[in-house]
Amino acid sequence: MKELSNSVCIVGVEESDEVGKLPGVSQLSLHLQACHNAVADAGLKMSEVDGIFTAGQHSPALLGEALGVNPRYVDGTSVGGCSFIIMVGHALLALHHGLCDVALISHGESGRSGTGVTRGRDTSLSGQFEMPYGFGGAPTYFGMITNRHMHEYGTTLEDWAKVAVSTRAWAGLNPKAMFRDPITVQDVLDSRPMFYPFNLLNICLVTDAGGAVVLTRADRAKDCAKKPVYVRGAGEGTDHVFVTEMEELPLSVATRNSGKKAFEMAGVSHGDFDHIMLYDAFSSGPPIMLESLGFCEPGEGCSFFDEGKSTPGGSLPINTNGGGLSYTHSGMYGIFPIIEAVRQQRGECGDRQVPGASLSLVNGMGGMLSAAGTIVLSNQK
Amino acid sequence: MELKRPLPTPQTPEAKPYWDGLKEGKLMMPKCDDCGHVFFYPRIACPSCHSRNVGWTQASGKGKLFSFEIAHRSLNPAFKIEAPYILAMIELEEGPRLMSNLINIDPDPAVVKCDMPVEVVFEKQNDDVTIALFQPAS
Repeated sequence: MKELSNSVCIVGVEESDEVGKLPGVSQLSLHLQACHNAVADAGLKMSEVDGIFTAGQHSPALLGEALGVNPRYVDGTSVGGCSFIIMVGHALLALHHGLCDVALISHGESGRSGTGVTRGRDTSLSGQFEMPYGFGGAPTYFGMITNRHMHEYGTTLEDWAKVAVSTRAWAGLNPKAMFRDPITVQDVLDSRPMFYPFNLLNICLVTDAGGAVVLTRADRAKDCAKKPVYVRGAGEGTDHVFVTEMEELPLSVATRNSGKKAFEMAGVSHGDFDHIMLYDAFSSGPPIMLESLGFCEPGEGCSFFDEGKSTPGGSLPINTNGGGLSYTHSGMYGIFPIIEAVRQQRGECGDRQVPGASLSLVNGMGGMLSAAGTIVLSNQK
Repeated sequence: MELKRPLPTPQTPEAKPYWDGLKEGKLMMPKCDDCGHVFFYPRIACPSCHSRNVGWTQASGKGKLFSFEIAHRSLNPAFKIEAPYILAMIELEEGPRLMSNLINIDPDPAVVKCDMPVEVVFEKQNDDVTIALFQPAS
């Protein structure tokens, strides 16, 4: 894969017209808004799109039909919210081999309002072995990982709360974020108990939102509207689906494997990054991801979220869009950290711009750290 | 009597010995006849050595509380046990982990501790279904 580093660029990114509480917009419309906005951002025409990548309830075939595009290449990999991050690597391969020339990765989810959504999922195993005991919904599983981390490494509720505080500080600088008022560690500790060790402010939002990303080969990217952002590395991994089967709980094998592949392809190491985006469905996720990726020893991940480190103006900004915790979280959040990393690499982020950002890490999980995607993005080759 | 829990459904054919065992007060676990690996959930091939010679063994019902959450609400309307209650991940002494509830203990993180020893309690739901709960080991 090393020879493919920098061969493909992200040339378009955008959300749906709005993100937040949108009962008047169907899930399919969230997709279509995001797709049209991202293609326009790239300075391309929808008729030039010939590769469609999407996960969730709508298939890439339906999305192609709805957009009026006959794709030469489709990918419907669906391993949770990181699927879109994984698809950056898949799109890179398809583009490199000429299977398509303009790849469109789309997400649309009416996660809060359920507009235009058919509910229902496979419960053949969880229905037998988890739901009779009250399990169901991500917090009932991710808390297991979180509490075991506390037991093994002595992590405290205050440590997790720092993540939520740092992320909210960034949300205050993002006009699109749902919650923008600053919070303190004590606010997190005092928020409504949900599933110990999680209080409400440790848990992500539930919103309606779409997002899309457009990629093309580096030679063609020069002719697009915005400064190209190079995909320097990409990696993926899966581990378990059921938390009871998580091999190295509380650490994620999937995360570690995805990071190793992406770093090797990009030829970078941990200390090279000046901007990091991590999938924060829960406050405990980002520290555990940093530990699984090898940024620090297990149990030390929360130290990245001290004031002056991950926070605005800090030495290593993390989740600068305000994250799933405070900006938006429609369900499958993975498209949004990609969008933010591209905007940071372009220098488009206004008040929250990381000065001189030149190397972004995007890492996301699917399910309960079950699957993972990692990409390395840069505005320079 | 009104059911307070969603019944396990659909019961898959490969899990039948598990559910049949619970009705008889036995905690049955799939065991690989080739490599001896005991695992859960039930499936027709061993996830460790990939053999298809899978049989069953009766677990002791003893293990430890690997991790837990204290639920202050339920996200499933069909689950009507009064909160707070304890969501439990049990690690049996035979090796496999399974989800359950920890009962007969105060749902307080100052009392409930990871790695505390636990034992199985069988709770009949109706004539067809008995489930495995856990309590602090006596």
